[in-house]
Amino acid sequence: MASFAWFPHTDEDIRVMLERIGVENLDALFDDIPEAFRHKGGFDLEPALSEQQLRAQLEALGAENARLKVFVGAGAYDHYTPAVIPALAARSEFLTAYTPYQCEISQGTLRYIFEYQSMICALTGMDVSNASMYDGPTAAAEAVRMCVASTRKRNSVLVSSALLPQVIEVIETYARYSGINVVVSDSVLEDVCEGVLDLAGVVVPSINRYGVICDYTGLAEEVHAQGALLAMYCDPSALAVVKSPAEWGADIAVGDGQSLGIPLSCGGPYLGFMACRQEYMRKLPGRIVGETSDAQGRRAYVLTLQAREQHIRREKATSNICSNESLMALWVTIYLSLMGPEGLRRVNRLSSEGAHYLYERLLATGKFEAVFPDQPFLKEFVLRPLVDVRRLQERLYAAGFFAALATEEGYVSFCVTEKRTRAEIDALVKALEEL
Amino acid sequence: MKYYDKLVFELSKPGRCGFSLPEHVVEGYAPELPERVRRTEAPALPEVSEVDVVRHYTNLSQMNFGVDTGFYPLGSCTMKYNPKIDEEMAALPAFQEVHPLQDPATMQGTLRVCYETERALAALTGMKHFTFAPCAGAHGELTGLMVMRRYHALRGDTARTKVIVPDSAHGTNPASAAVCGLEVVVVKSRPDGLVDVDALRPLLGPDIAGMMMTNPNTLGLFEREIGEIAALVHACGGLMYYDGANMNPLLGVARPGDMGFDVMHLNLHKSFSTPHGGGGPGSGPVGVREGLEELLPRPRIVRREDGHFDLLSEPSEASAGRVSAFLGNLGVVLRAYAYIRLLGREHVGEVGRYATLSANYIKEALKDCYKLPIPGLCKHEFVFDGLINDGAREGVPGATTLDVAKRLLDFGFHAPTIYFPLLFHQAIMIEPTETESLETLDAFIAVMRQIAEEAARDPQLLHDAPHTAPIGRPDETLAARQPVLRYAKG
Repeated sequence: MASFAWFPHTDEDIRVMLERIGVENLDALFDDIPEAFRHKGGFDLEPALSEQQLRAQLEALGAENARLKVFVGAGAYDHYTPAVIPALAARSEFLTAYTPYQCEISQGTLRYIFEYQSMICALTGMDVSNASMYDGPTAAAEAVRMCVASTRKRNSVLVSSALLPQVIEVIETYARYSGINVVVSDSVLEDVCEGVLDLAGVVVPSINRYGVICDYTGLAEEVHAQGALLAMYCDPSALAVVKSPAEWGADIAVGDGQSLGIPLSCGGPYLGFMACRQEYMRKLPGRIVGETSDAQGRRAYVLTLQAREQHIRREKATSNICSNESLMALWVTIYLSLMGPEGLRRVNRLSSEGAHYLYERLLATGKFEAVFPDQPFLKEFVLRPLVDVRRLQERLYAAGFFAALATEEGYVSFCVTEKRTRAEIDALVKALEEL
Repeated sequence: MKYYDKLVFELSKPGRCGFSLPEHVVEGYAPELPERVRRTEAPALPEVSEVDVVRHYTNLSQMNFGVDTGFYPLGSCTMKYNPKIDEEMAALPAFQEVHPLQDPATMQGTLRVCYETERALAALTGMKHFTFAPCAGAHGELTGLMVMRRYHALRGDTARTKVIVPDSAHGTNPASAAVCGLEVVVVKSRPDGLVDVDALRPLLGPDIAGMMMTNPNTLGLFEREIGEIAALVHACGGLMYYDGANMNPLLGVARPGDMGFDVMHLNLHKSFSTPHGGGGPGSGPVGVREGLEELLPRPRIVRREDGHFDLLSEPSEASAGRVSAFLGNLGVVLRAYAYIRLLGREHVGEVGRYATLSANYIKEALKDCYKLPIPGLCKHEFVFDGLINDGAREGVPGATTLDVAKRLLDFGFHAPTIYFPLLFHQAIMIEPTETESLETLDAFIAVMRQIAEEAARDPQLLHDAPHTAPIGRPDETLAARQPVLRYAKG
């Protein structure tokens, strides 16, 4: 066969190896596969590209994507990624390692996960964080399972209808197969006070799908009085300035880490985070890194509390999750190290300035009405459009913007991050004024 | 590797910040948040400069071992070389800057990458359709089982609440089944390491939703009776699930769809060479045979008659439901696409063949020092059951598999997977992959032979290993008994 970059085998190498094994040729290595199952002929794939051709091909495919200024959030936020992050996260030692099974040569991975856990605890106010999960919605679904597992024999979970739609849908999917009863509620506090049969947990958003920063005064007390757990879904970036799940009295904090410097990438890879109060530590799913020492007293980090996990407990594990989103946890850890409390506060202030400026400018066009005029928001808000939504969106796309995402309720949703300039906001408003 | 003992928190000094931002976007527009929703105390994040951050994480990386550092024969994990061009392509702004909720008309390039990757995976596996929504292998298993449950539910067949899993299966199989609300029924392996078909027969009945199999199995053995097994499971009304964690030796050789599997997942981070990233992000696309595509999770990528790509997003009665935030880990799919296009139809046949060649070569070269419980051809990996001579003597216990693994680290190799599968007490599971040269394999073999000699001569040397890593063996009992799971200033 012709030589190929990733296969170092020369004809002579192959001959030596086959001889050692004692088989005639490469195909004879598959003599244990019944003839009927061995694929005859070629595979229906495209011919191989050279690296240069691949680059040209992907650049051409990339050009089929519109380049838009993003003014939508709804669970994926266009925050800026400092150049330091991809530069460091691309280091081969991080990128091409696997789960740190051999801790003595994986202290790099284990240390940054420990730092990540510490930072998630700092943001949420929780005691224990896992090493990360797939994304926000799956973390929320795991939180629901955790509520049920922690309350024994209780099987109902009350879920706020103001959570992002994808969060509710994934919770419902997971619950449907494990027999958990999900009740979607428009007024969580009232419903909890009225009492829900077999209530295991309550899931609410810190900032809801309309961008409103929610007030949960009294909720945790009521949930706990019913013997249930409170889980809060949060935008971790916003936690620098809004009340933390711990301050609201929640037991579990979950959310998507994407807003901490991870690119949009059309939906992934992102990162789900999950943290809880100390007493639920052993119910937490996923990998957890802990600190210990070696025989010489050097500080060392290991995967710990593994008796919760699938490779030990199999069908009795807290979850089926195996790996985490380790590299994205590294992105988030570097992001938070760079930003610190002050940088993150400023990201929020700049986003909030842009959002409030856009909000006022949009209302001033006379083409929108306020929906929640007295409610506080940060970077995201909804308005009621007084013009045809399709035409509105077509106009915005044509002008190079992704904005005014239509919601189920007939509102349109906007989001402004610190990446958006005043000139871009003005241009968006101008495009709408011409409508 | 040198030991570096800092946490980023310990570099912190109040008043520092590692990233500069402007004062304002539009001054005067950010109102103070009402006190009732405002955070009272700033989060305890580190305050460090940019150069502090760069040095700290560079130092941390130097305590890590990856495929680019050296040989990484971790069984069942397929630690093959990850092409550099894939990283550069996945970082193209034209792909990274797309918001997942944009109109499909504005992301045709991204959707075309997904569609073409789906077609390639279908060609390689014999499945008809794939979804990229699952973010990892275990997530794929869960999604695939949901599809199976949906299949039965739509037929009104609600009594099928059990799934058969071989005792050699990955731990995620029974765990995924449990999360999916299915009861696990374990089928034994025979002494030859294959599923015991006679033990399987009595387990089959109207309560069986299906069977999960890894083929080749975790011993690296091809389940030769797969045709008969699939026929039996189908005859009882169940579906066959293929765990694609071990797909690598079959790449370009054989297809699960031809063996009777109905639903499967692939690990793009294994067979399709996307980097493991220290434990994710992965991607676990789920494939189904023709006729089951309506059961796949939403949103689904489809090609319209005019050649444009679209998303089916509305919930449907048939669909298993939504399993992740948006469309899955498309950044990982992009890398797999690049890998497949570079490999092309010309070279795909070499992947499984070379992976199998490497594994059998190591097995034959070491079987006189390490116990080989099941002789004969293996596929991409094989399992030893510890040392033949562990050196045990009066007062000094023999060297274990753990000792062998730790000693390997001293020679610049990652250790194999150890103590899995559970069928043997001292399992050492070796998977070399197709990207390693004969010289690398020979060097590994020489070291494994030397370690076997050391064990026979001086097992204490192995008990004390590693000798050259940044740390020695940590106290894991202490870590679990008195958990320290976050940094506390002090």
